Amino acid sequence: MSRITVIPFGPQHPVLPEPIQLRLELKDEKVVSALPVVGYVHRGLEKLVETKDYLQTVYITERVCGICSFIHSVAYCQGIETIMGVEVPPRARYLRVIWSETHRLHSHLLWFGLLADSFGFENLFMQIWRAREAVLDLQEATAGARVILGTCCVGGVRRDIDQTGRDLTLATLDKLEQDIKKIANPILKDYGVQQRTVGIGRISRELTYERGAVGPTARAAGIAQDLRQTGYAAYGELDFQPVVETAGDCYARLQVRVREMNQSIELIRRALERMPASPISVPVKGNPDGETVSRVEQPRGEVIYYLRGNGGKNLARMRIRTPTFANIPALLAMLPGAELANVPVITLSIDPCISCTER
Amino acid sequence: MKVLAKSPWAVHFNCNSCNGCDIEFLACLTPLYDLERFGVLHIGNPKHADILVVTGSVNHRNARVLENVYIQVPDPKVVVAIGVCTSTGGIFADCYNILGGIDKVIPVDVFVPGCPPRPEAIIDGMVQSLAKLEAKRAGKKVEPARKPTFTFRPPAEAEAPVTPSPAGSAGRGGKE
Repeated sequence: MSRITVIPFGPQHPVLPEPIQLRLELKDEKVVSALPVVGYVHRGLEKLVETKDYLQTVYITERVCGICSFIHSVAYCQGIETIMGVEVPPRARYLRVIWSETHRLHSHLLWFGLLADSFGFENLFMQIWRAREAVLDLQEATAGARVILGTCCVGGVRRDIDQTGRDLTLATLDKLEQDIKKIANPILKDYGVQQRTVGIGRISRELTYERGAVGPTARAAGIAQDLRQTGYAAYGELDFQPVVETAGDCYARLQVRVREMNQSIELIRRALERMPASPISVPVKGNPDGETVSRVEQPRGEVIYYLRGNGGKNLARMRIRTPTFANIPALLAMLPGAELANVPVITLSIDPCISCTER
Repeated sequence: MKVLAKSPWAVHFNCNSCNGCDIEFLACLTPLYDLERFGVLHIGNPKHADILVVTGSVNHRNARVLENVYIQVPDPKVVVAIGVCTSTGGIFADCYNILGGIDKVIPVDVFVPGCPPRPEAIIDGMVQSLAKLEAKRAGKKVEPARKPTFTFRPPAEAEAPVTPSPAGSAGRGGKE
């Protein structure tokens, strides 16, 4: 038997939280090629922005993706601030780091849960999501909402973290660190998990670079590239070092994310410690006139915002290049040769966010 | 009697959502909120489901997929629409690719407002849907839900004062 069978993987599929279709061409059980079929979540946000006030656009960018929403708004606000020459107060920069890192924590925990679920490891999924609730509670206590915070604004942030919030954050992080330690062992050392991830979906460093992968997908293949190295917001003052693994398989991507969670906890602690006292926002007057490119690191990789204003209150153009968009070519290189049963694990290992990709 | 309402299985379809509502719905299934205490089990196959949980609005491409998923859910079935996008399109209502709320494609039994709704509101919506599921099983006629009036007013009533939402059409919203 060497007939080619085509299997539509998605758009409605148990392991996919979002609709995307991978049209898999199979020879027996082996994938020969994969073709992504997209457009199920396309809304047309980039056009919508042209009809809204540039301050209202912050809320739209938060809803590009509900998982890393705060980081999207940071990218947008930084871009507008660059165009308008606004100097953000230092405390606001630190607060942006803190909420960005809580978003990274909850995004990585969410991804772990989904990955565990894709192995059929449902108990682990439940345990991970139980730990994740602590981060959401922390976001609610400090920023006022569980998922979409709405705290970032052009010129700074809306809320401050006072002494109570600081104590709560530190206590939550201590507990979370213990939880992650308990969860990381079953994830990384379990025989079943290793059988499903070690050597699966392997991609070489050269091919990863060629395909332009970003974020944990690139770092798991040995490319030490993390936008936080550029020191945007307050990352330049927090002694940041990117997490790198070299194997390039699903297990390496798992390891990168486990280590990044611990790193995020450490970064929040450092940010709380070094946060100076200052106002948290500056008033912004006028309209953006000019263009810029704003890049920040999301849980999934680098996001690029291109913004152009022409002196009116609406932006003339906004273009978003999201990390999953950059990672899909790498995913398509990982899939050929894989068993059909491993396709869900490989697909999830890049942490696909279709809502970002299609905007 | 009441067997169905004690173990309703839910299938989730993300229509055009930003993921905010999806992760809140998934959070409802996990130990802190634990929808399973009402017997709700999340499954991937629409043919095994009683409740169709939809997030997000419809666009030209996924309207057909949503309809297909809805048809595959066996009768009696209820549709729970989570988030403001499902009733009007929400923040994306003005986008060129958005057709509007999912009620343009399938009948909706419970609207849960919020952007995103809190898990408590989602649980409330799911529990309300169980009563409708039981009524449908008993062969009673169940009217489709009205949209939550504090997030949406039909154009004809736009001038009329805001009335409290009718029972059964809205959960307690988040911080609107």
